Amino acid sequence: MNSSEMPLLLELVIILFMVGGAIVALIGSIGLARLNDFYMRLHGPTKASTLGVGCILVASLLYFSYQKGGVSVQEALITLFLFVTAPVSAHMMAKAALHRKLKCCDQTRAGPPDQ
Amino acid sequence: MIATVIPFVVGLFCIGVLLNLYRLAIGPDIVDRILALDTLMINCIALIVLADIQMSLGILFEAALLIALMGFIGTVAMTKYLLRGDVIE
Repeated sequence: MNSSEMPLLLELVIILFMVGGAIVALIGSIGLARLNDFYMRLHGPTKASTLGVGCILVASLLYFSYQKGGVSVQEALITLFLFVTAPVSAHMMAKAALHRKLKCCDQTRAGPPDQ
Repeated sequence: MIATVIPFVVGLFCIGVLLNLYRLAIGPDIVDRILALDTLMINCIALIVLADIQMSLGILFEAALLIALMGFIGTVAMTKYLLRGDVIE
């Protein structure tokens, strides 16, 4: 491993991205575990996890771009794919939840129709 | 220094995976379980990329891309089944 040859500032930036991404993804998973109804639970991971994994992939992009001496675009490809597909799958899940008429929490003003 | 930080980051992601598995076990409805599986896939992508950095291989991103693809297709297929009662009409 030749990460010891890496400049200190680049290492600090990579560590900042990794720790920030891990904390944000952990907040998303905590939101998935303990929010009240499905519509709140959908809100947590679809935003937080996407940003968290995006930060991890940016850290990976910086690391391998330095190590291989060029721009490594594969991680950018995964990031692009995740950023495109996460809203689509969240929209599909919200449509399925509305179709199944899941109960929402009492303080929600406009629930699913015909409830 | 990166090699000493990565185990802590992996630990944070493992706590997230455990919380996802908890939601997958107790989820009151099947849509909650689909959401837990989707989040589990996203956390697994991050774990694979972290393993790639730790071993400094640079070849595991293909596995991460495959898991991202399969997770998206699985989520869309399951929600399509719930919406229509059929996957391909």
